[in-house]
Amino acid sequence: MTSSRFTWYMDSLTSRSKVVSNKKMTFLERIYLPAILQGMAITFSHLFRKKTTVKYPEVKREFSDIYRGKHVLKRDDEGRERCTACGLCAVACPAEAITMVAEERKPGEEHLYREEKYARIYEIDMLRCIFCGMCEEACPKEAIFLTKELVPSEYQRDLLIFGKDILLEPSDPNKRIDISKRQTQEVLEFKKDIRQKHNKKINI
Amino acid sequence: MITFILYKTILASLILIISLVVAMYSTLIERKMAGFFQDRLGPSRAGPWGLLQPLADGIKLFFKEEFMPNTADKFLYILGPSLTMLIALLTSAVIPWGPDIMINGTIYALQVADINIGILYVFAVVSIGVYGIMIGGWASNNKYALLGAVRASSQMISYELAMSLSIIAVVMMSGSLSMKEIVAQQQGINWNIWYQPLGFLIFLICAFAETNRSPFDLPECETELVGGYHTEYSSMKLGFYLFAEYINMFISGAVISTLFFGGYHFPFIDRLGLSQNALAVAGFFVLFLKITFFGFLFMWIRWTLPRFRYDQLMGMGWKKLIPLAILNVLITGVVVLLNR
Repeated sequence: MTSSRFTWYMDSLTSRSKVVSNKKMTFLERIYLPAILQGMAITFSHLFRKKTTVKYPEVKREFSDIYRGKHVLKRDDEGRERCTACGLCAVACPAEAITMVAEERKPGEEHLYREEKYARIYEIDMLRCIFCGMCEEACPKEAIFLTKELVPSEYQRDLLIFGKDILLEPSDPNKRIDISKRQTQEVLEFKKDIRQKHNKKINI
Repeated sequence: MITFILYKTILASLILIISLVVAMYSTLIERKMAGFFQDRLGPSRAGPWGLLQPLADGIKLFFKEEFMPNTADKFLYILGPSLTMLIALLTSAVIPWGPDIMINGTIYALQVADINIGILYVFAVVSIGVYGIMIGGWASNNKYALLGAVRASSQMISYELAMSLSIIAVVMMSGSLSMKEIVAQQQGINWNIWYQPLGFLIFLICAFAETNRSPFDLPECETELVGGYHTEYSSMKLGFYLFAEYINMFISGAVISTLFFGGYHFPFIDRLGLSQNALAVAGFFVLFLKITFFGFLFMWIRWTLPRFRYDQLMGMGWKKLIPLAILNVLITGVVVLLNR
């Protein structure tokens, strides 16, 4: 029945396993002192090891370029909001942290919003958000990205519902948030790849 | 006479202050060491290298709510920590802290009380130490506190026997019960540890048990007993219990150094050609170094060994240490008799 290749006595994958025996302890083992001294030598060697502590406010740990922290709502090169309030991010969000209210662009607002429709209110509840990055993956307009920045802690819950005033990228070209590291060519291609599930046409 | 009383008062208060300051900073060193042994940094925020941490801890304890259980026996509840603290400080009286000093041609001993039964005094005081914990645990009217107290007292009583027996061998060798006399006989490097290695080992193990330090910290075993005998204590009353442990550590270090490591003696003590007062300072410094080493040893062991199980603790005390100590006394007796 069972294939001989999957017997329980397969070779171990690591060399760390030890054979346990219940042999009677020798006198030296029974008085424990050598073992205690050995243990003390080990702890003593740890005194001079490099400490793993990171002194947080002064020293900050380096984050990965694609760390998933606080979100940013991107503007395009001309400083217009990219978001078109399609709601795909809110649908993709497993924690249901995103809410938005869409509004039509009025004539004369073309320098503010790139598409004909924009998000008048765009809120992410940072207490619900699990920083999975699904919103970023779902966004067809490359408007929302997660950044390296951390979400600070607050004492009141409503201070952690971030609106557009916090999320939106500054329009000043010098203060733009660089997301080029996470928006590489591969990522863009992946997003447009029709073989992927997220791009398959669904017939309703 | 007046100068004598004045001198003793000053000396006693100095020793009191030194033991308190040392205990205060041992809390910091303990936490620092705990950090280092575990590849962490330990407290480092309050002042440079965390030097103000003990102060911060003390202030915190003073400002904590002074809680007392409704059903507690008020008098005993307060007596518990006070007694523990008092006992912890009392032992320092008979320890010779250094060679005699000379002031205006008069020789004064760096020892508060040179009583001829110094060792007996130490044991008498240490055994009263059980009462502080027992009373505290009993008066709290809490089952965890009571269990912790019962554990503490049975542990301390069992280990006191082996401790005294291991010291009897030292007393037999030196032929005196006076701490000063025992130190005086360990001139230079002629320390008792070379003659009594087994006695030292037994005494050291018992010292760990007597001070309720890991691996014998069953009385306050937080995984089983919440906080042990001080479960119901808060504020400075808790502080007294915790503080007394560190004072006990300091005093145990001093007693071990005095009995087995020559007290204030160090190699070539008489060949340096120092004046009497300089010698006293050097001697005190050396004794302090030895105590520091034992303090370090207490912490080192704490972060190396896991806690004993209760039956293992009792089994070791009664079935291993006491027979070993008796054997040690026997062998010492034979050797002393043959050498006479």
